[in-house]
Amino acid sequence: MLKIENLHATIGDTEILKGLSLEINAGEVHAIMGPNGAGKSTLAYVLGGRDGYEVTEGSATFNGQDILDMDPHERAALGLFLGFQYPVEIPGVSNLQFLRESLNSQRKSRDEEPLSGGEFIKLAKEKAALLKMDMDMLKRAVNVGFSGGEKKRNEMVQMGILNPELAILDETDSGLDIDALRTVGSGINAIMRDEKKAVLLITHYQRLLDEVQPDYVHVLAKGRIVKTGGPELALQLEEQGYEAVAA
Amino acid sequence: MTDNIKTDTHPAPLDERAQMNAEAQAAADKASTYEHGWSSDIEQEFAEKGLNEDTVRFISAKKEEPEWMLDWRLKAFRIWQDMESPDWAKLDIPMIDYQDAYYYAEPKKKPELDSLDDVDPEILRVYEKLGIPIAEQEVLAGVKGARKVAVDAVFDSVSVATTFREELEAAGVIFRSISEAIREYPDLVRKYLGKVVPVKDNYFAALNCAVFSDGTFVYVPEGVRCPMELSTYFRINAENTGQFERTLIVADKGAYVSYLEGCTAPQRDENQLHAAVVELVALDDAEIKYSTVQNWYPGDENGKGGIYNFVTKRGLCAGARSKISWTQVETGSAITWKYPSCVLNGENSVGEFYSVALTNNHQQADTGTKMIHNGKGSRSTIISKGISAGKSDNTYRGLVRVGPNAENVRNFTQCDSLLLGDTCGAHTVPYIEVKNPTAQIEHEATTSKISDDQMFYAQQRGLDEEEAVSLIVNGFAKDVLKELPMEFAVEAQKLLAISLEGSVG
Ligand SMILES: Nc1ncnc2c1ncn2[C@@H]1O[C@H](COP(=O)(O)OP(=O)(O)OP(=O)(O)O)[C@@H](O)[C@H]1O
Ligand SMILES: [Mg+2]
Repeated sequence: MLKIENLHATIGDTEILKGLSLEINAGEVHAIMGPNGAGKSTLAYVLGGRDGYEVTEGSATFNGQDILDMDPHERAALGLFLGFQYPVEIPGVSNLQFLRESLNSQRKSRDEEPLSGGEFIKLAKEKAALLKMDMDMLKRAVNVGFSGGEKKRNEMVQMGILNPELAILDETDSGLDIDALRTVGSGINAIMRDEKKAVLLITHYQRLLDEVQPDYVHVLAKGRIVKTGGPELALQLEEQGYEAVAA
Repeated sequence: MTDNIKTDTHPAPLDERAQMNAEAQAAADKASTYEHGWSSDIEQEFAEKGLNEDTVRFISAKKEEPEWMLDWRLKAFRIWQDMESPDWAKLDIPMIDYQDAYYYAEPKKKPELDSLDDVDPEILRVYEKLGIPIAEQEVLAGVKGARKVAVDAVFDSVSVATTFREELEAAGVIFRSISEAIREYPDLVRKYLGKVVPVKDNYFAALNCAVFSDGTFVYVPEGVRCPMELSTYFRINAENTGQFERTLIVADKGAYVSYLEGCTAPQRDENQLHAAVVELVALDDAEIKYSTVQNWYPGDENGKGGIYNFVTKRGLCAGARSKISWTQVETGSAITWKYPSCVLNGENSVGEFYSVALTNNHQQADTGTKMIHNGKGSRSTIISKGISAGKSDNTYRGLVRVGPNAENVRNFTQCDSLLLGDTCGAHTVPYIEVKNPTAQIEHEATTSKISDDQMFYAQQRGLDEEEAVSLIVNGFAKDVLKELPMEFAVEAQKLLAISLEGSVG
């Protein structure tokens, strides 16, 4: 599904990704762990197509298509979703309006009919219930005045509504209380566990991986994948730290 | 007919004229992204180019006005001649040659219209292209049970059709073109005309008094809640024709009326002057809600060819507990100079001003409001949202004045500016003059930019760049847009999006 080869990316003059390779197939869950500043969020942004992140070498394809020249919204319409480490506030725009416009834009790109107001509300209710989010929250402005945990949960509601093929979730677990972590974990499983879909979890902690069990765990350090293993690698990291494991 | 009236406006022979029209139309259709940038070929009757006492007499005669009205106009004309064009606003105003414009144009004379079926199909086509909301199109098409919005259409200076007159009349509401009102209700008009905006108020108001060609008159009698929203569509259609609309709305004791004004103009290569005057009067316990979505041609990317909009809008809260609300969405015009204001004379009267002003390319807007508190316990709220893009300049200029006898006045002002890009400007110029120590005045101002974070977030969810900007801008303007009547709010959102096209990327 996603194939990254020898990816180099810079912000300004600084090279952050330094020859990163990674392949994710449909039906798989991958986890990326790594020290602060290693380039995990940068990887997510580069894949999402954020301005200011320049790819200087290497390639990234999504279902065989080169995505690096595409606009962010085109990548989204292909089924790429980013769960943000720091979800953004958009004052004056309700979550429902935001998501309905986003979804219908994606559908338009894919030559699908737009969802009617009624259909959309039904879908939103279903996904909000899955994440135990009050519908009233969805009527409020996007992330404005949301607590840290609510923002993360809101990301997952958005994912549910947009129903992507590949979700890259950047520290979705951080800021969640114990119960919320379970809810979010089971939400991810319900939405994304599918033979046609895949997940890339970026995380610092084992606890999310207890809920959403990965098939592969990678260690990202200094801009590249330095080690890959099974779920046991995460446990080993938790015990010994990056220095010992990835050195 | 006098010799002044030209029955044919173009010297060119008919077939050549038709061809010119066709070419102009084709060019206009293609010319730009401006949705309403096209011209229609309804025949015009013009007053001779230029401005002198004869022009004033011509207009007055054309309107079959009584003597007092002509005298009033002539007096205004003389006052105007002695005034100088203002230059204090933060605007770069090119010289306007007042002698190089037509001051009167109307669709070719037709017999009095009994129903909308009699309206020139060309004019109905204009409505269609304007995208007048379906509800109103139904009204125009005479569909039974259509939602009630009365449309008094001002097409190039002259009211062409008035709908729902009968139902309004049953309620006692007078909704007329101002020329009709001058003939049919001279006492009412005379009592209020020029009482809120005096002739010598400002240069453009004086000019308007002299040469106003048409406009709207509304009177809602004591205790009557106007049974429908009143709506007028303005459209400038003739090349080089200054527009001098005149609106007078009077809500008698305990009356309520909501009035919607919308404007579009076809694309032209010469700047067109618009200097309207709107006067509102609310007596005891009366309420007037005046909403505008303004979409005049702003000029091309280089600022060429737009409308100059110098409008004087003022409401007088004459009675106790009266209330006047201005809501405006300004996206059009090359130059806007506009300060819908409230004079709060009544005790415990309320003034409100909700404004979204969007400028792009080379547009210049200097707008805001004046809240003049003379009544005890009067209150006002000002919410201004300025959006600047391109190389435009957007100024909020607001005055809150509290007179010495006005005890316990309250004002709250919120001025927010949103910048798109680095080449535009936003300015906030609040004037506060308080002569009574019991006043409570609050002023908040913010300036922000659309952040990269917001843009990427919205794009990652599937919106393209323009959709993302439009969404964020609409969110920014939400507090004002929600004050608009429903169908207008939808139109306004579309307008903001259209007006920002090409401003990103
Ligand atoms: N705009 C920027 N300009 C310069 N350097 C930047 C910029 N954005 C990020 N960086 C740098 O890029 C490096 C990688 O950052 P990134 O956010 O990808 O790390 P991360 O692995 O997600 O870390 P964390 O675990 O703390 O979230 C960091 O050293 C960071 O300081
Ligand atoms: Mg990060």
